[in-house]
This record gives sequence, structure tokens and C-alpha cells, in this order.
Amino acid sequence: MINNDSLPDLPPPRTSVGFIGWLRNNLFPSPLNTLLTLLALYIIYLVVVPTVSWVFLNSDWVGESRDACTSGGACWVFISARFNLFMYGFYPESEYWRVNLVFAILALLLVLLHIKQLPRRGWLGAFALIGYPIIAFYLFSGGIFGLEKVETSRWGGLSLTLVLSGVGIVASLPIGVILALGRNSQMPIVKAVSIVFIEFWRGVPLITVLFMSSVMLPLFLPEGTSFDKLLRAMIGIVLFESAYMAEVVRGGLAAIPRGQYEAAKALGLSYWKSMSLIILPQALKLVIPGIVNTFIALFKDTTLVLIIGLFDLLTTVEAGFKDSHWLGYALEGYVFAALVYWIFCFSMSRYSQNLERKLHTGHAR
Amino acid sequence: MTKSDKTDADGSVSDRPMIEIKGMHKWYGEFHVLKDINLSVAKGERIVVCGPSGSGKSTMIRCINRLEEHQKGKIIVDGIELNDDLKRIDRIRREVGMVFQHFNLFPHLTVLENCCLAPIWVRKMPRRKAEAIGMEYLERVKIPEQAKKYPGQLSGGQQQRVAIARSLCMSPSIMLFDEPTSALDPEMIKEVLETMIELAESGMTMIVVTHEMGFAKTVANRVIFMDEGQIIEENDPESFFSAPEHDRTKLFLSQIM
Repeated sequence: MINNDSLPDLPPPRTSVGFIGWLRNNLFPSPLNTLLTLLALYIIYLVVVPTVSWVFLNSDWVGESRDACTSGGACWVFISARFNLFMYGFYPESEYWRVNLVFAILALLLVLLHIKQLPRRGWLGAFALIGYPIIAFYLFSGGIFGLEKVETSRWGGLSLTLVLSGVGIVASLPIGVILALGRNSQMPIVKAVSIVFIEFWRGVPLITVLFMSSVMLPLFLPEGTSFDKLLRAMIGIVLFESAYMAEVVRGGLAAIPRGQYEAAKALGLSYWKSMSLIILPQALKLVIPGIVNTFIALFKDTTLVLIIGLFDLLTTVEAGFKDSHWLGYALEGYVFAALVYWIFCFSMSRYSQNLERKLHTGHAR
Repeated sequence: MTKSDKTDADGSVSDRPMIEIKGMHKWYGEFHVLKDINLSVAKGERIVVCGPSGSGKSTMIRCINRLEEHQKGKIIVDGIELNDDLKRIDRIRREVGMVFQHFNLFPHLTVLENCCLAPIWVRKMPRRKAEAIGMEYLERVKIPEQAKKYPGQLSGGQQQRVAIARSLCMSPSIMLFDEPTSALDPEMIKEVLETMIELAESGMTMIVVTHEMGFAKTVANRVIFMDEGQIIEENDPESFFSAPEHDRTKLFLSQIM
């Protein structure tokens, strides 16, 4: 029998699509898999229920002191009571507005720089890289325009973490690019210097670098010359991270086909122009995941400054629960610190994925 | 243009040659790739270079804009002798356009940006003027409607035409083609060859490394046959194809025709 009419589209059987189909295919396809699914669900139950009850159901959120914590779960009162310490360290309370202003300007700049239609975006970018750090520095440290002077030893908390990692991120990328280009250079001295620099800084642990900068360096400097501890830590972090960045960027440079260099040369572009207009834009785009990976590692590595006595977020949290009023709330402190670090790192990761999508121009190599 | 008549270059070469290569040798390490190359190209002349793979054809034309360095002999381009002086190399590269086998377009820039880049950054042209010139040449290679696309969204033939337009935007006096159709699907070769024929008709000085013998017959003033790093035979296309002198030339022609 031949059917000449075209057959109508029928819906698929209910057991193969939709929620039930999904469950069948993914969770209960065979007796063994069913068993494993049930086992996994039981383990999830064992972990999730106490966690939720500790974090939310049995926790205390309002109050002024540890007396408010009576429920037996997490004592978030500790975080809210010492919140300013965690954010600003020992920065004088009357001057908190200066720190807030610095980060408010930063947020404003970041938003403005993402508006494509904005006129003179290039100038704004230049201001963000050159003018803004100067303003931020003077707002933080004061000493001019009648602002109270605040020693760097009083900077602390999340704001110090952001300062350290911000400086590290902004400075290590360009230095890393220069080092990567140097390592690929035809000039033997430039190449040798770059290789020695990269291999030296990659070969030592960051803790050693920080120790050296805070303990050893003053011994070599002439008596009486003091050289700010925070500045020394920053320089150490920047040099250390730029060596890593250099290798990430070099990976990108190696992935650019030789034809791109040749085409740029054949058009008469000079070395620096072909690098900045042709090679680096492509190479950096390729290694965005690697660059952001390094940024995230840098952000977390800043916690190591605790060993030279700088009070970053993690150190202030530890100082918080070692205070005799709050003894015993270490877990709450660590969970809070972890959450803050996670928010920043996850945002960077999401931003990088977004950037990769935006810069994709549909080319296959 | 009457200047582009095929016979023109043979008789009336009044001014100095556009390219002069005298006794040029090149080695890759121990390997002697180019041996005693002598070649003189007059203004408006169109030369096709052919030969088996590995014969040094590409290396020879890449020496002309210093993508490869020669170790002995002289290369004089438009009166400028090539040496290690970077300024001279840059001057010559501005005068010499090159089209590659694999197009080598810049994938992160649009078609129009590919065309405007060098005029803006090398010739210091205002952006608006460079874009006007870019559009003009994209129209000449018949793809103005692709100006805002990225190279990755174009077919091979279209990409190679963009590459030609990109070189022309620098208004070069010499164009080098390094196997411009070898990486293309058969149906796209024609559109690229047509663009090159049009360019030849406008009087451009061209050196073309290719295996497209039809192109050589219709366009070239001279055909050069290379083997093992040497120029074996050099003749006008008619004599070259009908009466090749050397055995090696005969063998090569019998293999590809």
C-alpha cells in the first residue's frame, strides 16, 4: 500500500522527551545507574541539610556581640560587627569616605569604559590607566589638600587586597607582554635578559620574594633609608606575576601563523606597529583564558602578604576571630573570606568568557 | 593604456629597470637555495616564474621585499639597493605589494580595516581618505559589499581578492604574487585570475609565481623557468611554450600540461 498524502508530524512518545524522558535517560537508565543515582542523592542529602541549617536556619544575623549568638548555627553577627575591620583594616574611621570614593570612581570608570558610543573613550581609558592611580594614591595616603596622612601600615582589609591585586593586574600585563616580546626577540642581549628575568622569578616561591623584600632588602639599603613595606610587597608581586604573564603571552605569540608577520612586514609596518596592530591583538585574544587564570591566581596570592605583616582581607578576618570577644568564630570568618574571594574570582572568570565571545570574529585558523 | 601593450617592455625601456637582481645567491645554512640569479624587470613588465616545487621561485621573489635575506649579489628595487638598512627596507616594502598563497589577511580586522591599516599607519593618511581608497579598490576587485565582514566569513577566492585590494591600497609600483591561486578551490581560481588580468591591463609591474599556464600565455611578457635554485630558461611566452630549449623545461612542461 502506498500512501500518497504527506504524513502529519506526530509528537514523540511522552517517555522519550520532556522531564520524564530526561529522568529516564540520565538518572535511571539501568539498575546499576539507578542505584548510583540514589546513592548520590543520599550523599547530597547528608551534606546539604546540615550546611543549610548551619548557614541559614539555625544562624544568628542580628545583634552587637557574641551574646546574640544563641541558636547554635553560624554566628553572622561576628561578620556584621567587625565588617568595617574586614573592609578597611585599621584605616581611620573618619576617613572611610576616601576609600569608598576611590572604589566608586573605579566603578564609574569601568561602567563608562563599557559604553561603546561614548565620545573620547580613548582619553578616558588613558585617564583610567594614568590619572586615576595617582588620584587613588593621594586619596588613600592623604598628606595633601588638608587630607589627613594615613600611613600604609594602617591600610588593610578588602581595600588592601584590591589595591594589591589591582596594581598587580594592571602592571603585570604590560611588563609580561614586553618580556614575552623580548624572549622572542632576534637581539641576543634582549633575549638573554628576558629569559634570565623570567626564569629567575618563575623559579622562586612568592613567599620567598615577599620575605626577601621585607626582611633582606632593608639590610642592603643604606642606614636610614626607609622604603615603604607595602610598596616593596607590590614590586615583588608585580615582578613575580609578570614573569608568569610573559609565558602566557608567549604561548599566544607562538600560535600566530608566520604568514601574519610576513603580511605585516610586506605592507611596510615597522616592528612595533606590526606587533601592536596585528600580532598582539590576536595573540592576547587567544590567551584570554590564560591571562585571566593568572589574574585569578594573583588575586588569591595576595593573601600571602600576611607573612610580612600586611593586613589584607584574610589577615583581618583572622585578627577578628583571634580577638578575645569573638574567640571560636573562625569558621564563620573563613566562610565569609572564601565567599568574598569567590565572588571576585568568579566575576573575573565570567567577564573573561564574555570578552572572548565579544571578540570572536568567526575565523578559523 | 597603450603602455601595457605586450611588446612595449621589450623595445622601449628608456628609464632604469624597476627591479634589478645581479649575481644573487642565497643559502639556508649550508644549503645553497639560490644560485647566481640575474634578472631585470622593466616598468610595466609582467613576468611569470614557474618551475618544480623546491626550485626557489618563492624564495627569489621573497628576497625582493626582504622577507628573505640574500647573502651575495645585489638587488636594486626602483633605484634603491637592498641592504641591512632598515629605512631602505621600509621604503622598498612601501613600493612593493605582495600577495601570498594563503592570503594572510588579518582575521581580527574587517575587510575594510585590512585595506586601510597600512595607508593609515605607514603612509600616515587620514582615516577618512584611507577608507575612501579602500572602498575604491574593493570595488575594483568587485567585493565592496563585503567591506564590513571579517575575513573568516569570506570564501577563499574573495579573501584572495581582498588581499590584492589590501596591497593595492598602498599604491605600490610593483606587485609580487606568490602562488596566489594554489590554495584555492578550482571554481574560485578564475575570479582571482580575472582580477590579476585586470591589474595587468592597467600597466602594473608584476612578478607572478604560478602554475597557471593559461595565465602565463595571456598576460606575461616573459616566462622564467627555475630549477634547483637557478634560472634555466627565460623567454617570451610563445617561444617558451612552443619551443622550450632545455630538456628540464621540456620535462616540466610535459608534466603539467
